[in-house]
Amino acid sequence: MLIAQVTTSIHVSIGEVAATLVLVALAIAVSFWRKADLEADIGIAVVRSAIQLTAIGYVIKFIFDQDSLWFVVLLIAIMVVFGAFTAQRRARQVPDAFWPLLLALAIAGAATLGLVVALGIFKAQPRYLVPVGGMVVGNAMTAAAVTLNRLGDEMTRHAREVEATLALGATSTQAAAPIVRRSLRSGMIALVDSTKTTGLIFFPGTMVGMLLAGASPTDAVRLQLILLWTLLGSVALAGLIAVTLAYRNFFTSAHQLREQPEP
Amino acid sequence: MLFELDRVTMERDGKVVLQDLSASLPKGASCVAGPSGSGKSTLLRLLNRLADPASGTVRYGGADVRERDPLELRREVCLVPQLPALLEGTVQDNIDFAAALAGVEPDVPRLLDLAGLDSSFADRTASKLSVGEQQRAMLARSLALEPRVLLLDEPTSALDEGTRGAVEATLLHLRERVDVSLVLVTHDLAQARRMADWVVRLDEGRMVGEGHVREQLAV
Repeated sequence: MLIAQVTTSIHVSIGEVAATLVLVALAIAVSFWRKADLEADIGIAVVRSAIQLTAIGYVIKFIFDQDSLWFVVLLIAIMVVFGAFTAQRRARQVPDAFWPLLLALAIAGAATLGLVVALGIFKAQPRYLVPVGGMVVGNAMTAAAVTLNRLGDEMTRHAREVEATLALGATSTQAAAPIVRRSLRSGMIALVDSTKTTGLIFFPGTMVGMLLAGASPTDAVRLQLILLWTLLGSVALAGLIAVTLAYRNFFTSAHQLREQPEP
Repeated sequence: MLFELDRVTMERDGKVVLQDLSASLPKGASCVAGPSGSGKSTLLRLLNRLADPASGTVRYGGADVRERDPLELRREVCLVPQLPALLEGTVQDNIDFAAALAGVEPDVPRLLDLAGLDSSFADRTASKLSVGEQQRAMLARSLALEPRVLLLDEPTSALDEGTRGAVEATLLHLRERVDVSLVLVTHDLAQARRMADWVVRLDEGRMVGEGHVREQLAV
């Protein structure tokens, strides 16, 4: 139980946080200078991140204080629902994408957390399950959204090829198989690539946070590996469930395309 | 009759594409002719249930097509689309895919020959063929299903004049070699005269004529 041994803490003052606004000002200046038209968006992003993270900080503190797994389940359930709504906006071309996304995030989250607890990697306590659950659901949401975005795009662009395959008497599963394969790949590839390059091109956030908080580099690296490998599993599961459920929404039960391609 | 359409209405994006259409297509070589947007391709899709009408009945061999398993029906009544849409891989991969659906062992050289291609095309990458060659590869792939009916959606519309003549010759020759009925969609009345014995003429989703080509399309 690696995590249980890491007992570091760090105090960050409001002044230190405020000082980083200098770098935000730099970003706004760059946008203004090069006419990127992102000044307002950067301002909104800074304000929203401050409010949202502060709020969730208090929520997490409350859940830690209660020390009840029911609050963990409630928090993750809320994340899953909001995650499905958010991902749905990236999958506008997929009919009824919400339910596949909701199931994908719920099952990926539950299965991943269940496995890491069952394997003895983390204790079934809020202080472990809340941060890990947040990372799992967040990454699963991104992967599922990218997967369904690609699915919708390809099903629209390649509708003629899909119908030509259906015209041979193939099932909708057979006709959509190449597109499902490419969609799943696109949903997983970002995390696979970042896992390949971790430590070479960038230091991942958890490791950096632990090093800043005073943990030993060995512990920081091990925890980071646990999280990266856990996320690989959850992202694969979320993409697979989302695309497996969602591609069916393009077809009728008689293996016809719901939206006929232009003749 | 091979196909009968009984008061068929079909809508697309809220617009009526076929309006209360009744028509028949016999065995042999038939043609659905009409100008662009008259509903020809939509009608073809109804014949093997790639689409279902909003109302009315489509019969194949006297039975409502909705009573048939759609996958079996499509292997028996196979549609070759207007533009080539082959799977990734070689021509042989495409033929093997179709043959596996029908549960048959394909005679690839013969299928290529029937479609007017020599056997060296088997190993060619499908996406690298010319449009005319892809159209022929689509035909070979469909023939691998050993269908009873081929539905051909404007099979020469994407081809130049020389290639069009060669594909027409292939299709005419095909009927002499294989026991298969053809239903051809075309906007070209001269092609309808050359290729078919029977014609159903459409305009704006309505039937404007039906009968033997020599009567309906007399020059």
